Amino acid sequence: MKKTLATLALSAVMAAGPALAELVVPSLSYRTGPYAANGIPFADGYQDYFRLLNERDGGIGGELVRITECETGYNTEKGVECYESTKSDSTLIYEPLSTGITYQLIPKVTADGIPLHTLGYGRTSAKNGEVFRWVFNYPANYWDGASVAIKHILDQEGGDISGKKIALVYHNSAYGKEPIRTLEELAKKHGYQLSLLPVDHPGQEQKSQWLQIRRERPDYVIMWGWGVMNQVAIQEAVNIRYPMDHFIGIWWSGSENDVKPAGAAADGYKALTFHNLGDDYPLYDDLRKYVVDAGKAAGAGDQLGTALYNRGMYAAMLAAEAIKTAQEMAGTSQITREQLRAGMENLEITNAKMEALGLPGFGPEFKVSCQNHGGDGYAAVAQWDAKAGEWKLITDYMQSDQEVIQPLVEEDSMAYAKEAGITPGCN
Amino acid sequence: MFYREAGDFKTSYADDSQTFPIKFDRWRYYVVLAVAFGVIPLVVNDYWASSVLVPFLIYAIAAIGLNILTGYCGQVSLGTGGFMAVGAYACYKLMTAFPDINIVFHVLGAGLITAGVGVLFGLPSLRIKGFYLAVATLAAQFFLVWLFNKVPWFYNYSASGQINAAERTVLGVPVTGPNTEAWAQYMICLVFLFAVAWVARNLTRGTVGRSWMAIRDMDIAAEIIGVNPLKAKLTAFAVSSFFVGIAGALFFSVYLGAVEVGEAFGIQKSFLVLFMIIIGGLGSIFGSLAGAAFLVLLPVFLKNLLVGGLGWATDLAAHVELMIVGALIVVFLIVEPHGLAQLWRVGKEKLRLWPFPH
Repeated sequence: MKKTLATLALSAVMAAGPALAELVVPSLSYRTGPYAANGIPFADGYQDYFRLLNERDGGIGGELVRITECETGYNTEKGVECYESTKSDSTLIYEPLSTGITYQLIPKVTADGIPLHTLGYGRTSAKNGEVFRWVFNYPANYWDGASVAIKHILDQEGGDISGKKIALVYHNSAYGKEPIRTLEELAKKHGYQLSLLPVDHPGQEQKSQWLQIRRERPDYVIMWGWGVMNQVAIQEAVNIRYPMDHFIGIWWSGSENDVKPAGAAADGYKALTFHNLGDDYPLYDDLRKYVVDAGKAAGAGDQLGTALYNRGMYAAMLAAEAIKTAQEMAGTSQITREQLRAGMENLEITNAKMEALGLPGFGPEFKVSCQNHGGDGYAAVAQWDAKAGEWKLITDYMQSDQEVIQPLVEEDSMAYAKEAGITPGCN
Repeated sequence: MFYREAGDFKTSYADDSQTFPIKFDRWRYYVVLAVAFGVIPLVVNDYWASSVLVPFLIYAIAAIGLNILTGYCGQVSLGTGGFMAVGAYACYKLMTAFPDINIVFHVLGAGLITAGVGVLFGLPSLRIKGFYLAVATLAAQFFLVWLFNKVPWFYNYSASGQINAAERTVLGVPVTGPNTEAWAQYMICLVFLFAVAWVARNLTRGTVGRSWMAIRDMDIAAEIIGVNPLKAKLTAFAVSSFFVGIAGALFFSVYLGAVEVGEAFGIQKSFLVLFMIIIGGLGSIFGSLAGAAFLVLLPVFLKNLLVGGLGWATDLAAHVELMIVGALIVVFLIVEPHGLAQLWRVGKEKLRLWPFPH
């Protein structure tokens, strides 16, 4: 009897052993509500990439990745609930895909010591790693996006946009308000007139905003939209016959779901991106072979190759590369959160690395450091080809106007440091 | 067997008119208080505090506030979310303007400011009633949310339009900000709820409460017997908004820590609190608590059951959860239109005779 008990206890320990030796990555997703159309492809891409690593390579550095999914509905209260319910001692990294939830989580992850990666969203001034020790927003942020959009307009207009009218249609939330500061600074520098048109959550009602655009006829319209707001805005632009190639969305307003409802009329709509689009990459062969065809895909498995699926996959790829870097630096495969933060601060994405992963030239090269948690701010412009039904990159990756953005980042992060009582430094 | 008056002799008027006249009930109440104040703070963890208990306590305060206005005074309000926003932004402005003053005073101050705003929006109630008043308060809801989005002074000109709660302490223990312990978060909300419920109970059984109920039951008759409708309605708006403002201030500072007005205090918040008092029971303090518990705990419970227990996909669980909560609300209202409080009352009556009902 005693022996059986001891065996039982031993086998229980052995069963519990491997369970501990896992890399826990929560996926705070939203597959319901007015933002689901955009939330689903991102979550699928994020999870499929980790599933691919598990199936093909046996995890990262020999450690399986365990994904715990939690539905936030893009709602901050549910986001907090999800954070608390998925938080454990072995949780490695959060990727909430919501600027509102990011604002909730920044103080919490700083207190709990968990890395938070906000890929091209969240608080822009988190770029300053000396203040935001646990928050990363590489490879590009909203202010980079605003600046690249203006750069593209400058290129279109032959370098002079003084006196031109530019309208910003934005989601009336922390997310949509982010670029205003930068666009105002750039307006001073380049001399254009900026008009602001807020759209309230969830964004189905935009008649008055587009009526105003119809009346004022701005030369360009920039959009900071998300979820159902994107589709409605593009449809409204079509309705007032606004020239689509003068309508530029941020990277979150540039998915297939956003343009397809407007049909052929959406042809020529532009959106920014910080990674390549489409599924013409060797990695996709593996994804199909190991994940989709094996019936292991997240969600319905029908999102492969869409813009947001690629972005989710890119986010997972960057997280996996950071974990690899951390494993190399720590000399152990079972890394802690502190080690992962060090890995993220030493993350370097090179063309050779992307080629080895089966994603040659997928995005710009960049390097993270403790001082710079935000990458170098490169983005390109993509244009929707309605006939072919795909996005096409029409520019090279351009760097944002660092001389405008860097002082703004400095100012905003220092204000936060003062407010939160943080002494900046890399200790 | 339980809840018997037999053998419980009252020898003074004070004894006769106490909140829990039955001995068993009184003891049960003391046990609940002892557990809430003495046991839960020792065992509560982050998850329980920030996902279950703190939202429950804060929504309970808001529900008591709305219940005073709607349940006791009969004035339908759809402006709860807007008044919570006033509480939150008032608390934020006070916190940033007077950082050295204790947060408890900021929360009370936020309540007072909300009371003022509530009285202002309560003025139309003197001329309009019922659905028309509901629409007037709906206007308050939209106006207030628009105001806090539009005027940068309210969010101290921050680039994102968000307001953030910095760390503040009570007796040296942090109660807001990221370093707050679960028990401290829970305790501050519990103390506020206890105080609010106690005040509300004692107001509603005194002169003020009776004048509210007289207005609710028939305003013309009440006026004829000498109840001043101006005073009764405006005090109801003031007291109700005071409590709702406290709830909004705690919601922002203790619970979420960072708030965006359109998302946190939108129209859906007004409906949520209204559903709480309808399900819990109009005109009942216990009903406010029960309704808040029902609508806060049930979704969390269902989510844990369906996703954690049964391993369903998260989107399917989220949809099924909405359907179950909706169906349960309909069932409850058909079975007991007067809410959970009435169920509790009926249950107590039954228990008096149990197990010998004849």
